[in-house]
Amino acid sequence: MTPFSEYGVHATPLVHLERIAPPGVRIFAKCEWHLPTGSVKDRVAAAMFDAAKSGGLLQPGVRLLEASSGNTGIAIARIARLHEVPFTVILPDNVTTERLALLSALGAEVIFSPGAEGSNGAVRRADEMAEAGGYLMLHQYANQANPEAHRLTTGPEISAGLAAYGVSRLDAFVAALGTGGTITGVARHLALAHPGTVVVAAEPPVGEAIQGLRSLSDGYVPPVFDPSVLDAKLLVRTEASISMARRLMSEEGLFVGPSSGAAVHAALKVAARLEPGSVVVTVLPDAGWKYLSTGLFGASGAQGEELSDTTLW
Amino acid sequence: MNTTISIPTILRPHADGARKLSAVGATIGDVFKDVATRHPKLGQQLLAPDGSLPIFVNVFLDDEDIRYLGGLDTPVADRSEITILPAVAGG
Repeated sequence: MTPFSEYGVHATPLVHLERIAPPGVRIFAKCEWHLPTGSVKDRVAAAMFDAAKSGGLLQPGVRLLEASSGNTGIAIARIARLHEVPFTVILPDNVTTERLALLSALGAEVIFSPGAEGSNGAVRRADEMAEAGGYLMLHQYANQANPEAHRLTTGPEISAGLAAYGVSRLDAFVAALGTGGTITGVARHLALAHPGTVVVAAEPPVGEAIQGLRSLSDGYVPPVFDPSVLDAKLLVRTEASISMARRLMSEEGLFVGPSSGAAVHAALKVAARLEPGSVVVTVLPDAGWKYLSTGLFGASGAQGEELSDTTLW
Repeated sequence: MNTTISIPTILRPHADGARKLSAVGATIGDVFKDVATRHPKLGQQLLAPDGSLPIFVNVFLDDEDIRYLGGLDTPVADRSEITILPAVAGG
């Protein structure tokens, strides 16, 4: 049982990456594609929906609204459909076709925002619509249910998963940054359960074509992200993320998306700085399915330069 | 110390269109001051009026965020690569 099992959110496997880790350091990874729509966002969607329900916000006639580069929208769409609540998602128009197909299959209304504005543009558009009225915006970027989902489920599952391997120490936790909800929530759990664990974020670079900001002050630091929980933040370039996603497939047999590649790339960098015997945990947010159309896993292999124009996560 | 600074698209108009700049300094703050002498408008974007790092600017020294190193006082080694990026979200 997890706090959100009524929404189909159950514990995901924590696997030991035995082949890719440097000698002497054990790296464990949480396989989030085992969740109902195949990504870590099923936790966030369940927690936000549950908070809205408990808060009496799901009145008849309400329409849910969210800005998402894909995974969160897909996760909310599933739950909204199960509960017969209409749902509109604002999606950058350069996301992969798989996401659009999934959202349509789940009955969500899709409104596009300019891909050049990335997730920031989608958030801005959704904010404007929410202000105009008629919508209940769940707002993963500002909804405390997002980090809480991870404090209440992902974090304790990591502790339980390590215990099942007979591992009692945890030297570092590494996660890729999107909203910052995963790392903030898990870090809050670890501060009590494994005090002293070094917390490291992997940040994706902003692609050349996704830099449609007019000025730096158009930038956005999600309110759910608590930068004070971090001990370090590493920039992981698109090429490195993709190359690691491919290595995970060939060396560990794990078919993951690019944010998982980024997380493991950063985890290996962290592991290289740790003493022998150390333990590192990371999170693999989704599988590779939704990225097939990018050529990420193709024989020739799309290059990072081309893919940096796609909103990958 | 000689460093190379990668400039994001939105700041290139303040750097005569350059994708990369060379600058010298013993710390990130010194490097930014050196940049500001030649590109004053870029300098205004990199350093707040009180001399701190603006919230929507992320600065990476050899791919590591300087906020978790020593901030603008972070020492730089010769041939360091500094990457400036706007703060954005994903998800």
